[in-house]
Amino acid sequence: MLVAETATEITTRPFGRVPYFAETPHKGKNETCKKAARRVTEETRWVMMVGYIRDNQDQKAFAELFGHFAPRVKSFLMKSGADAGMAEECAQEVMATLWHKAHLFDPTRASVATWVFTIARNKRIDMLRKQRRPEPDELTWGPEAEPDAAEVVEIQQESVRLAAALAELPEKQRDLVQKAFFGDLSHSEIAEETGLPLGTIKSRIRLALERLRHAMK
Amino acid sequence: MDNINHHLTDQLLLSYAAGTLPEAFSLVLATHISMCDECRARLGAFETVGGAMLEASVDNATEVDLASTLKLIAGGPKDPILVKPLAQKRESRVFPQALTNYVGGDLASVKWRSVGMGVRQSILKTSGEATVRLLHIPAGCAVPDHGHRGLELTLVLQGAFRDETDRFARGDIEVANEDMEHTPVAEEGMDCICLAATDAPLRFNGIVPRIAQPFLRI
Ligand SMILES: [Zn+2]
Repeated sequence: MLVAETATEITTRPFGRVPYFAETPHKGKNETCKKAARRVTEETRWVMMVGYIRDNQDQKAFAELFGHFAPRVKSFLMKSGADAGMAEECAQEVMATLWHKAHLFDPTRASVATWVFTIARNKRIDMLRKQRRPEPDELTWGPEAEPDAAEVVEIQQESVRLAAALAELPEKQRDLVQKAFFGDLSHSEIAEETGLPLGTIKSRIRLALERLRHAMK
Repeated sequence: MDNINHHLTDQLLLSYAAGTLPEAFSLVLATHISMCDECRARLGAFETVGGAMLEASVDNATEVDLASTLKLIAGGPKDPILVKPLAQKRESRVFPQALTNYVGGDLASVKWRSVGMGVRQSILKTSGEATVRLLHIPAGCAVPDHGHRGLELTLVLQGAFRDETDRFARGDIEVANEDMEHTPVAEEGMDCICLAATDAPLRFNGIVPRIAQPFLRI
């Protein structure tokens, strides 16, 4: 097993019901399949940890998320042009934001990695570029509308599949995408058609939005 | 949701997801996405790419101080945090919240300035790499004939306009590149309100607009 059993009790609140796979969800025997299954398990586990922070201000869950994401945020910011001091400061603020905004995370529309990325990106704009970041109006699940566990797992699976597909891209294209995300390309330098395989994940998110709109009525 | 036919390009969505667009363009994107679940989902897909980049960017030497972060958390959030989801009953409003934040209110709060030929505008304050303004075009009137340098985004918030190629109604966004010469005309029946951003000054072809240009401050 990739991750140790949590010391935290599983709560009955929404995220607590997300199935946590002790076994691999895929039946396949080959290594790639096992690796993908482990990654989905990990992603789903991060979702649960965010739920523990939201519901119980669980410091153990936070420490676990911190151990995984804080170094990644810092590396990401340093690759985006921040010096070590600023990257450290930003990474701390990003992780503090994760704590304070745990209730705004929607696991039917994003993995925790994606959500942390958006927080880090906004912090980068704020601190490195000294600009405001206009954001689309927030859509969140109300207290009465809870995310569906199967939907949560599906979006985590899709995120893992996309990451695998990105790793398979021709080096030149992958390099361009990386440059775009590390802030080394301006919008005019990015291709009109990116050619990224985003169809499936887009459809998933679209479905989640439709259900959310329906629940809001 | 509005019935939207003209959407954002991949190029713009990727840049917005990466966080590299000038603030003026970001405001137009945020406003469109607030009205368009199709582009919201596409943005989500591009952000997932960003998540994968973050996930992959680690080296073993990098460490962050947990104790200082916990102290930071104990000090409370830096900015006020939304506790409840925003109410969705805003059909009576013309502007999404994203735009309201920049205007300081809805349509009635806009401080308009006349730029001639019945057209009014209001420039919104953003960082300097590009500019964004609200345009009020009386029903049936033409926006002065102009060509573009650089990139221009025009998002319809009320009414509709037509140009040589198409019709643009509430929620629709026109992405105009260099070399595009066009004459948008507001439809009869209702004044047209647009949010327009550009990274280059407009150059007008007509004599009257050329005189008016110094007052446009764009
Ligand atoms: Zn759209």
